[in-house]
Amino acid sequence: MSTAPAGSPSSRPGVVVRAVEAVGAAAATGLRAAASSVAAVGGMAYLFYDCLGVCARTLLGRKSRVSGESLAAQMVRVGVRSIGIVCLVQIFIGAILALQLAPTLESYGQLQQIATVVAIAVVRELGPLITAIVLSGFAGASIAAEIGAMVEAEEIKALRAHALDPVRFLIVPRFLATVMMIVGLAVIADIVGVTGGLLTSWAALGIDPQSYLDMTQTALVTKDFVTGLVKAGVFGVLISMIACYEGLNVSGGAEGVGSATTATVVKCIVAIIGTDAVFTAIFYVFEL
Amino acid sequence: MSDRDVVISVRNVRKCFPSADGSFITVLDDVSFDIHRGETLVIMGGSGDGKSTLLNCLIAEYDVDAGAIFYRTRDMDEPGDIHTMGPRELNAVRKRFGILFQSGALFNSMTVAENVALPLREHSYVDPSIIDIVVTLKLQQVKMLAHRDKMPAQLSGGQKKRAGLARATALDPEILFYDEPSAGLDPVTSCAIDELIIDLTRKLRVTSVVVTHEMDSAFRIADRMVMLGKGRVLKVATRAEFEAIRDADPDVLADPVDRLIHQFINGLNHGPLTDREGMSEFEKLLVGTQTGL
Repeated sequence: MSTAPAGSPSSRPGVVVRAVEAVGAAAATGLRAAASSVAAVGGMAYLFYDCLGVCARTLLGRKSRVSGESLAAQMVRVGVRSIGIVCLVQIFIGAILALQLAPTLESYGQLQQIATVVAIAVVRELGPLITAIVLSGFAGASIAAEIGAMVEAEEIKALRAHALDPVRFLIVPRFLATVMMIVGLAVIADIVGVTGGLLTSWAALGIDPQSYLDMTQTALVTKDFVTGLVKAGVFGVLISMIACYEGLNVSGGAEGVGSATTATVVKCIVAIIGTDAVFTAIFYVFEL
Repeated sequence: MSDRDVVISVRNVRKCFPSADGSFITVLDDVSFDIHRGETLVIMGGSGDGKSTLLNCLIAEYDVDAGAIFYRTRDMDEPGDIHTMGPRELNAVRKRFGILFQSGALFNSMTVAENVALPLREHSYVDPSIIDIVVTLKLQQVKMLAHRDKMPAQLSGGQKKRAGLARATALDPEILFYDEPSAGLDPVTSCAIDELIIDLTRKLRVTSVVVTHEMDSAFRIADRMVMLGKGRVLKVATRAEFEAIRDADPDVLADPVDRLIHQFINGLNHGPLTDREGMSEFEKLLVGTQTGL
């Protein structure tokens, strides 16, 4: 043991010791973050299970019903109000795809295949994906902020104190609305994305609209739509569960609500793209 | 008093929370007391003494780490510990009590009338026309009938509390909990809320549990009082006994707990509450009591 007075150079930990301490602290922080992420995933899974339970009881019983008014209000908020921005984004996506692909296809003498490539890319991938990303910001963030504000105002506590289930009242309408409306929005996105490609091909590349539509119709098969809409539905589950979970776990006042909103958007985007990668691999393996 | 007169029995309750460094902070430690049917019990203490935590444990919003909280509502043959009940049983108990939260906790997407109607719509099979009559009655009791169609954002703080109280009494509960009912209100409105509490307690024949640190309100409404200090029960006594401590000369109070209570009730800045905190090392240095100066 050192007998040097406290604060003297020889009593301070050496560089090596401090470096080891820093590595240890960083590892501990990383492990805590990993544990927190695992806990969050578990919490969202449990929330999803609760939602399914409420839906099942609503279908089977009378008293566990989900409010139709609340569901309709959420569908308007999540879906109807997003139509404009989804259409705007998808028009650009269709246009970008057409212009990006044109030089390469032209070099192979296959410019007319633009319709095929745009259709498959939009319907299988970019329609559901971009719609989900737009909805993460438009609906996901607002759901997290709204529920977080309710937590801070003790409204969730008040629901429980009145023997009312917050999952049935708040979460399930938002969950069902997000899943149903994102599928509808994906259909709209597909149509608008293909239209964007068509308009760009006609205006910039001189491709006849009728032949573009004929190529599109030939290229698309049922499984293209099904895979796209299945992905959209799963993205809807992810967005609603992440947003509701983040909202319900808000703490720390207005700052906490802001953090939850930001975290919702980031987590949604990461989850959506990661899930999309998994789906793509599965569909590739099973040739869907 | 017989056992059947005890509606809530708190036994050796302990509640801890994790702190940032991984250790645990004990917020409630070995808390025990009874709440008798029909009385108004005031739970008081300073900031951070565990009043809100105790209230959250009483309504089963928080689990307890040790001990039990037994409820015996009129429809229960035997007392039951709310922290070991299943969800169905717990909800049955929750329907027997109402709670007024500090900010009112009204549902912002509903009007005042819809807020009051919600428990009736969800927990009864009563016709909507009857629900409307009950809502009118409840709003009349709290003098909020003129505001029935307003949204919570359009109400003042006092109006939100009145509306919250109407909602809390919607199912004619046996027990009413009040979380800092006078917080954020001017003295006149605070007095009006206190009189409303007294009026409702008498008319509805409920048991009232009020958490507050507003001494004027506490002495206005209490039958008995519980004084918390650093998460422990310092004293459970009648209002008259606390009034005697309040009005006594602190130098003649033999019990150190009574001297502490005297300082708290009278809002004095000299006494056991402030002396026991002591001076920090820096303060001692400033006043020159540190050697080496």
